[in-house]
Amino acid sequence: MADAVIADRVQFAFTVMFHYLFPILTMGLGFFIAVLSTMGLITHHERYATAADFWVKIFAINFVIGVVTGIPLEFEFGMNWSRLSAYSGGVFGQTLPLEGVYAFFLESGFLGLFLFGRRRVSRVLHWLAGVGVSIGSLLSGYFIVATDAWMQHPVGYAIDSANGTLRLESFWAVMFNPYARSQYLHTINGALLTATYVIAGIGAFYLLSDRHQDFGRLSVTMGVGAGAIFALTQLFPTGDLNSRNVVTYQPIKLATMEGLFETEKGAPIAIIGMPDTDHGKLIDPIYVPDVLSYLAYGDFRARVNGLKSYPKELWPPVELTYYSYHIMVGLGTIFIAQMIFGVVLLWAGRLHRSRWFLWTLMMAVPFPFIANEAGWVVAEVGRQPWLVYGLLRTSDGTSTNVAAGETIFTTLGFAGIYAMLSLLFVFLIGRVIYSGPQEVGEIAQ
Amino acid sequence: MNVVWYWTLAAMLTAYAVLDGFDIGVGAVHLWIARKDHERRVALNAIGPIWNTNEVWLIAAGGMMVPTFPRVYAASFSGFYLALTLVLWLLILRGVSIEFRGQIDNVLWRSLWDTGFCLGSLLLALLFGVALGNLLKGLPVGQDGYFQGTFALLLNPYSLLTGMLSVVVLAWHGVNYLRLKVEGELCRRAQKWSRILAPLASVTIVAATIATFAARPGISSNFAAHPVLFVFPLLMMVGLAGGILSRDENHDRHAFRSSMLVVMALMGSAAGTVYPNLLTSTLDPAYSLTAFNAASAPSALRVSFIANMIGMIGVVIYTVYVQRTFRGKVRLGDHDY
Ligand code: HDD
Ligand code: HEM
Ligand code: HEM
Repeated sequence: MADAVIADRVQFAFTVMFHYLFPILTMGLGFFIAVLSTMGLITHHERYATAADFWVKIFAINFVIGVVTGIPLEFEFGMNWSRLSAYSGGVFGQTLPLEGVYAFFLESGFLGLFLFGRRRVSRVLHWLAGVGVSIGSLLSGYFIVATDAWMQHPVGYAIDSANGTLRLESFWAVMFNPYARSQYLHTINGALLTATYVIAGIGAFYLLSDRHQDFGRLSVTMGVGAGAIFALTQLFPTGDLNSRNVVTYQPIKLATMEGLFETEKGAPIAIIGMPDTDHGKLIDPIYVPDVLSYLAYGDFRARVNGLKSYPKELWPPVELTYYSYHIMVGLGTIFIAQMIFGVVLLWAGRLHRSRWFLWTLMMAVPFPFIANEAGWVVAEVGRQPWLVYGLLRTSDGTSTNVAAGETIFTTLGFAGIYAMLSLLFVFLIGRVIYSGPQEVGEIAQ
Repeated sequence: MNVVWYWTLAAMLTAYAVLDGFDIGVGAVHLWIARKDHERRVALNAIGPIWNTNEVWLIAAGGMMVPTFPRVYAASFSGFYLALTLVLWLLILRGVSIEFRGQIDNVLWRSLWDTGFCLGSLLLALLFGVALGNLLKGLPVGQDGYFQGTFALLLNPYSLLTGMLSVVVLAWHGVNYLRLKVEGELCRRAQKWSRILAPLASVTIVAATIATFAARPGISSNFAAHPVLFVFPLLMMVGLAGGILSRDENHDRHAFRSSMLVVMALMGSAAGTVYPNLLTSTLDPAYSLTAFNAASAPSALRVSFIANMIGMIGVVIYTVYVQRTFRGKVRLGDHDY
């Protein structure tokens, strides 16, 4: 039995983490494509249209993999997590179809029009289709995050006395779960930040390899300018709001993220240090005193409960949560520093010539993806042992009529397929980047 | 509300069958109908911009089952575990094949993905038919509302017949769609195929209907209890007759409408046959999951209905708009598959 639960968890974690790599860019790049085509529409300047066209090519390849890897997730709620669905589907399921109805239809319908309809509709309608795609993808993020937020902090339900399942009490409470609000802002912001890194990184690649200079300059400037803003808002207010969620609704997760074992007044924040769960302490820590109390409660002397004040069976896996959190925050801090430095260079008019800085931009592209994934690991692993916080344990949510062997078999299948998809993705994206944007002169030839 | 949701889900799945049905159908036959690369491109351009939207009907229908009939969703998805995994893999194969074929201009690359697309489409059509057959025939749903659906159990002669039926009908539907969307030699070949597939579809449907009486004894009483249900077999006959008669060039539109009608009538008859059961238990009728005993609380049903239908109105409006933008025959253009 326990084996089956582990197999289910591994499968879900693997498939959702793979899926999430792609929506990040769908949501982030979609926004910037909409911005670029708006600028093109207003200024009638070819360079914006050229840039938008280039990003659309990347977007389209990325979108396909996002779509095909998303469908398995929706099915998995029934296939592997059937007791979760049977128990709480009436409540958390509310937001799930809405994603299809309000977002996926919008997105897929207008993407077809946007990619294939250039000759068939007017300029303005074509632009509207692009904006529709972006809105659709941003909306789809909300519905799915609201679904997740409900599992982090269940609201708007009552327990049905007849059969012990959950019954919907308030649709609006589920839709506007306070937990979803900050989670959504932080997630979308993370996607936008990632897109700025991709844009700046590819732009830097062209500048460094001395090709498509105009496009490269536009991309680096846009990436760094927007990136500085989004790097900051990733920390404040959105990251901060997310921390408040955790403080308010899941104090054990807070203690785990921070590696705080003892309950303290004026709790310190650990910049580094390795948690030792057996002895309940951090090894080789570097502390900044009182800061955690301040971050959590806005008061340097506030009391923060440590892990030891909770029964050990309610602890999430400490190491994974702790390290993921520190990777995310550490990377977030580096992003802020790097992007601000970029803005200073831009200000000084040297951004496009500082080869070493362009190198750092180009090499940094994978890291925001890592930060995003790490953030989800904090959120999801830190929620353990609960599947629906405080209501349903993860081990009680799986399907009993699916054997561990079946799940292992399908997980291996997914792993193989996803490995192929990754190769294809890298190959096709590489080709697009290598052939570069079609500049006006080149099209005319 | 339970009844409304039962038929809403049936309608969503029917919309899926009609819409994704024709692009699955095109996929299933395009290797043979469209021989040369430029013909294949035309055939795929006919479905390219819309297949993803068509597939969203499945996602939305599946999603709607979660808040309305959570126990049915839980039981059927976990019970059909391996079969559904196969469906997922085929959906991945299909999506990747159609979208990536045009990325590289190379014969080998393209024939690779063409084969992938064809295989994915054919097997999906088969599997959907098999699934439908098993829903009609009933499954060993236990007292706890779950069942263990092994492959051996799912692949019985009856469901293989319905699987065949699904392949034939969807291929016919896809060919009829091509009749509408392509020109010249390719269109003539589609017409030829359509003339063969229409009678074939009629024969399989008759055979499957007879088999259904054997596989599901209670069927006639269900129709007798709800005489309105007879509208579906009636529509089916109209559709089949129309399909067989639409032989000429200038009947392309009728042919497509006929196969659309047949697909709708098939889904409707199936839903009518099992009503009000969603999952019929072969062990004990009392274990069956029905629209009444497996539904969420009334409040959840009501709210879901309002929330989803407001959105669906918008969906229908702009889907019609987008499809109209792409109406007419397709040619090779700047964005090709
Ligand atoms: C580019 C990506 C990125 C970066 C740089 C950061 N985050 Fe983050 N973080 C995410 C991307 C992300 C995410 C993937 O979007 C998560 C997962 C769940 C969520 O709501 O957002 C997340 C989760 C997440 C959580 C857990 C929420 C929960 O358990 O529900 C907290 C407390 C923070 N973040 C706080 C921060 C802080 C204080 C940062 C300081 C710079 C930070 N994040 C940088
Ligand atoms: C368990 C979690 C998830 C499930 C069940 C899920 C489900 C899906 C499905 C079914 C698709 C395909 C849609 C189509 O065919 O058009 C998809 C794509 C997508 N998902 Fe996910 N997803 C999950 C996680 C996420 C998260 C966390 C986000 C963002 C915050 C996200 C955002 C997107 C986006 C932007 C797409 C792009 C394709 C599209 O919208 O059509 N998904 N997802
Ligand atoms: C796309 C971003 C997401 C990532 C990277 C992610 C990551 C993870 C990881 C790593 C786990 C395994 C935790 C463990 O077993 O210890 C997990 C579990 C899970 N997550 Fe998420 N998650 C994401 C979004 C979502 C969303 C949006 C939902 C809900 C709609 C969701 C629902 C679940 C469920 C049902 C489980 C399985 C039960 C469990 O192990 O807790 N996840 N996720």
